[in-house]
Amino acid sequence: MRKSVFLGLAAAVMFGTSASADTLETVIKNDHVKCGVSTGLAGFSAADEKGDWQGIDVDVCRAVAAATLGDASKVKYTPLTAKERFTALQSGEIDILSRNTTWTLTRDASLGLNFAGVNYYDGQGFMVSDKLGVKSALELDGAAVCIQAGTTTELNLADYFKANNMEYKAVTYDTSDQTIKGFEAGRCDMLTSDQSQLYSLRIKLAKPDEAVVLPEVISKEPLGPVVRQGDDKWFNIVKWSLFAMVNAEEMGVTKANAKEMKDSKDPAIQRLMGGQGEKLGLSDDWSYNIVSQVGNYGESFEANVGSGSPLKIGRGLNALWSKGGLQYAPPIR
Amino acid sequence: MSTQQKGLTPGKPPIWNDPHYRALFFQVLLIIGLGVFLVYIVNNTLANMEARGISTGFAFLNERSGFDILQSLVPFSADSTYGKTFIVGLLNTLLITALGIILATILGFIIGVARLSKNWLIAKLATIFIETFRNIPLLIQIFFWYFVVLRAMPSARDSLSIADSFFLNVRGMYIPSPVTGDGFIFTTIAFVIGIIAAFIMRRWARNRQFATGEQFPVFWTALGLIFGLPLLVFVLTGSPLTWDLPVLERFNFAGGTRIIPELLALLIALSIYTAAFIAEIVRSGILAVSHGQTEAALSVGLTPNQNLRLVVIPQAMRVIIPPMTSQYLNLAKNSSLATAIGYPDIVSVFMGTTLNQTGQAVEIIAMTMAVYLTLSLTISVFMNWYNAKMALVER
Repeated sequence: MRKSVFLGLAAAVMFGTSASADTLETVIKNDHVKCGVSTGLAGFSAADEKGDWQGIDVDVCRAVAAATLGDASKVKYTPLTAKERFTALQSGEIDILSRNTTWTLTRDASLGLNFAGVNYYDGQGFMVSDKLGVKSALELDGAAVCIQAGTTTELNLADYFKANNMEYKAVTYDTSDQTIKGFEAGRCDMLTSDQSQLYSLRIKLAKPDEAVVLPEVISKEPLGPVVRQGDDKWFNIVKWSLFAMVNAEEMGVTKANAKEMKDSKDPAIQRLMGGQGEKLGLSDDWSYNIVSQVGNYGESFEANVGSGSPLKIGRGLNALWSKGGLQYAPPIR
Repeated sequence: MSTQQKGLTPGKPPIWNDPHYRALFFQVLLIIGLGVFLVYIVNNTLANMEARGISTGFAFLNERSGFDILQSLVPFSADSTYGKTFIVGLLNTLLITALGIILATILGFIIGVARLSKNWLIAKLATIFIETFRNIPLLIQIFFWYFVVLRAMPSARDSLSIADSFFLNVRGMYIPSPVTGDGFIFTTIAFVIGIIAAFIMRRWARNRQFATGEQFPVFWTALGLIFGLPLLVFVLTGSPLTWDLPVLERFNFAGGTRIIPELLALLIALSIYTAAFIAEIVRSGILAVSHGQTEAALSVGLTPNQNLRLVVIPQAMRVIIPPMTSQYLNLAKNSSLATAIGYPDIVSVFMGTTLNQTGQAVEIIAMTMAVYLTLSLTISVFMNWYNAKMALVER
């Protein structure tokens, strides 16, 4: 897998011509959206027992497929490790990277990529074994820490321990699955990752009750979908697919009532349910397809990571702006 | 007659028909073609990366890395540069390669000889060892040693210990580390002198044996010179050496030297896997020496031990060394599987974390490939030199 990703990039930059390809055209020609996801992170992107991908990150890809191809199921998923993800996108192996990826300046500016918004506001936290009796991360001086390679987590951790004059030993693994195995085997005292991931990793433990997530959040981790730089049309489509989901929640349009809402008298809802597609280079029912097939942002959240899922994460920062959260989408007009 | 000869003697052909120049011409053409191709590739790569907004160049090597590395042979912290991560990864790769080669060679020789043993049990055990470890993929063996063994180990609090100074637990192996005091330098000097003296003594003993036929106990004298002399000096200077013992703290042991389980698991897996191949090479080398040689040696009065040491092994070595080179190369390259269990080698640290933090895939992968190429060529060159030294010198 890794080799093919890097070879792909090598081939693309060595022999390819510099004309940037039109991603939308390619997607329509292939009749599917190529979406990079995680190797398995419950709630965000993980294959269920039937082999179908589920999760809040997966829903972004499904929304884009619904908007561009009119069918949310026309997505081809490529599971990627943290290390492989950007290379896969740069080389054109995938069209969207929707894989709990933190938006940072370096990534935005030097990788040739664009972040198309934030679908989950997260922060880095710590998980420790119950037996240690630790109440705060500040008591962890000298601890061994399991982390996933190639993440912002690695950098935040170094900063946090340095700022607090503490020592630690970083045990770095390739996948989040390996980090939880190392943690379970006692290779490290604590596991650090985005808080949402900690909850999702905790349910993988044989005895989830024996691990506690500490209250400290040591960083800002805005997670969102990423596209290649230089194809603004595609960038807009991904951006507005996400915004359409958030706007739909705000206006009370759900998967169930989408059909009735199509005849709504409210001009804002009318605009959401049709008429604006041409500007994006899409059909007029692009956003109707998203809401009717994938659902609005709130529905996606509750079903994948919220009350409808084993993770039971509260909306918190991810509530709509009107309800005290940060989810705020520009108007569709 | 003279006219006939004149007709047959080929005059100097025109330059385009001269086979020598012709060959040269096509070779130059090929080199130019290759050069142009390379320049095109490099330029096209740079232009494409520029067009896609991907940063290029090696300036990132001087930037602050901002992450930590589990094991480092040189001082390293999050404040060190990305360039330093390259050095740390490279040294860790060299460490595992060197340790692996030494261990695999020793183990391989023992198993290889054991398989030829007349003792049925020993021979069969060696066969089982070889057939098992040679036929299971290395990656699976690495995972086995790491996860299965890791889980079998006790936690830091109930470590296995020997004499309260050696500890083994899930965090690795802790051994006392020596702390040298004043005057330890004399012991070091004595050690160096001992080695030089041993070499001189060996040459003297050999010359004397050629001249008079008298033998000298070279091995025991050398042992005495190399280890006895420094020991004597060490005691005379007042034993200037203390041991820093590992002590259990809140989470981990402090003090002493720690060998991380990732290194242990990788080393065990790599050496056992390669040793299985080396054992077969050693066996084939020994079997390649015809039995007549042994019979001849015994008939001139050599003891079986001398026969093995002076007749069989030197001849077997000629068969053994060339295929050993490729085993060593395999081991060096296989060490990159370290990334699977988080041992911080160059692939894991530099091609992994550093690549991901900077996104400069082309530069970093090129540098990593250059490292493995250099490492492999160095091993090759050394082994070729050794092979030439051991080869049959025909007089």
